[in-house]
Amino acid sequence: MIPADPRLRIAAAFAAVLSLSQLTAMPVAALACAGAVLAAAMSAGGLPWRRLMHLEGFVLMLLVTLPLTIPGTPLVRVGPLAASAEGLAQAALLGCKITAAVLTMTLLLAGLDPVRLGGALAGLRVPPRLVALFVATARYVETIGQEAARLRDAMRARGFRPRTDRHTLQSYGNLMGMLLVRSLDRAERVEEAMRARGFTRHLPLGEATPPTGPDIARATLIAGAAALLLLGDRAWPILSS
Amino acid sequence: MADPVQLDDLHVTRDGAPVLRGLSLSLGPAERLAIVGSNGAGKTTLLRAIVGLQAATGTVQLFGQRCAAEADFAAARPHIGFLFQDSDDQLFCPTVLEDVCFGPRNLGRTPAQAEAAATRALAGLGVAHLADRVAHRLSGGEKRLVCLAGLLAMDPAVLLLDEPTNGVDAANGARLHAALAAFPGALILVSHDAAFVASLASRAALLEAGRLVPAEIHDHPHTHAHPHLHKAAP
Ligand SMILES: Nc1ncnc2c1ncn2[C@@H]1O[C@H](COP(=O)(O)OP(=O)(O)O)[C@@H](O)[C@H]1O
Ligand SMILES: [Mg+2]
Repeated sequence: MIPADPRLRIAAAFAAVLSLSQLTAMPVAALACAGAVLAAAMSAGGLPWRRLMHLEGFVLMLLVTLPLTIPGTPLVRVGPLAASAEGLAQAALLGCKITAAVLTMTLLLAGLDPVRLGGALAGLRVPPRLVALFVATARYVETIGQEAARLRDAMRARGFRPRTDRHTLQSYGNLMGMLLVRSLDRAERVEEAMRARGFTRHLPLGEATPPTGPDIARATLIAGAAALLLLGDRAWPILSS
Repeated sequence: MADPVQLDDLHVTRDGAPVLRGLSLSLGPAERLAIVGSNGAGKTTLLRAIVGLQAATGTVQLFGQRCAAEADFAAARPHIGFLFQDSDDQLFCPTVLEDVCFGPRNLGRTPAQAEAAATRALAGLGVAHLADRVAHRLSGGEKRLVCLAGLLAMDPAVLLLDEPTNGVDAANGARLHAALAAFPGALILVSHDAAFVASLASRAALLEAGRLVPAEIHDHPHTHAHPHLHKAAP
């Protein structure tokens, strides 16, 4: 069901997220969300629980704050605050859309190696500078993460324990600052090493091969389903009236 | 007094591969143990396991206390100075003085007390003049000495030194050597520098196949020849 070609995956994901973001009818958004959950559950990786947990925390926050901040028909009163039905509906709609979009992206993009993703972006005519930026970021995020972990270990080895005081804040500030300084230094060194090996602003990203027929069909199917959702969304007010 | 470090049947696996396999070790209060071993033998891993930065199975006892949870290790760490293999991992404050103050501040000293301890530690290593320099722009040897000052400022009972002479020139090496020779506590020294090991260590062990094997330090005269570089005559 999912195309193998990274370019088609990106294109399909882009189309799907674009239409998901435009949904306004709750039943259609709920359908999209249910569909995405079903597809993710049936995929090889299963539901990405960890990612969902972070995400639903955010959605939960929306569910709490939006009813209180959007004016409308009050549902319940909490002291001086009134939770509106309109706010709740908004939050539910957003929750469905966000969950569906993140699951779709996970399904289509999570399995891609960052370097291949770079090649795919180049194949989709994304400016080479942006592609180089993306590839370098994907490559070095982990290195910088490891650097941060080692710095934190060294801090712990010298008896550091986070508390709520000035010393802790100052130490974290220094840690962040040092990471930034070292990342800049590293960026300079990496750039010099790349130039020393003859880099001239264009990453060699491998030959592009045309996508296969079945792959195009799969991507079209996904984009088509997304378009159908959007159509249903626009037709919903007419159908339900 | 209980042995500062006592390990029994320690096992560590990294990325699915066993690194330490049933390693045991006891270090007396004033003992100076040198550990040698090839690259990737697990020397750094061993030091990390001692201070609880690396998860391990088996028993770790520090100063007679069995350490299992993070809290147990956290209580012992202020008394164990760990010199990281890469100085840049340790230096994270803008200036040298701030960095050396970091440990004493963690021990609850006031800023003034911490600064006094830091100044003393830097002076003891003969690098008082570096106090106001930007820490990450020092030379490799200077960084090493500043890192060590950051540990000595905490007045530890044990030092764990991971390749202390890495990137250190002769002059800074002599300062390092003098400071370590004067250190009254116990120390574990991981080094490839045979001369450094021979003159500092009281005992040596070889880390091999995930265990420590006793080794012998011997000192005998060699006649040797090696190339030297001198300033050319004008
Ligand atoms: N961050 C890491 N993640 C996974 N494995 C590691 C890591 N660091 C080191 N190792 C592995 O652990 C083993 C021991 O490494 P280490 O203790 O650094 O050796 P040494 O300090 O003796 O050179 C090596 O085989 C190395 O590949
Ligand atoms: Mg090492």
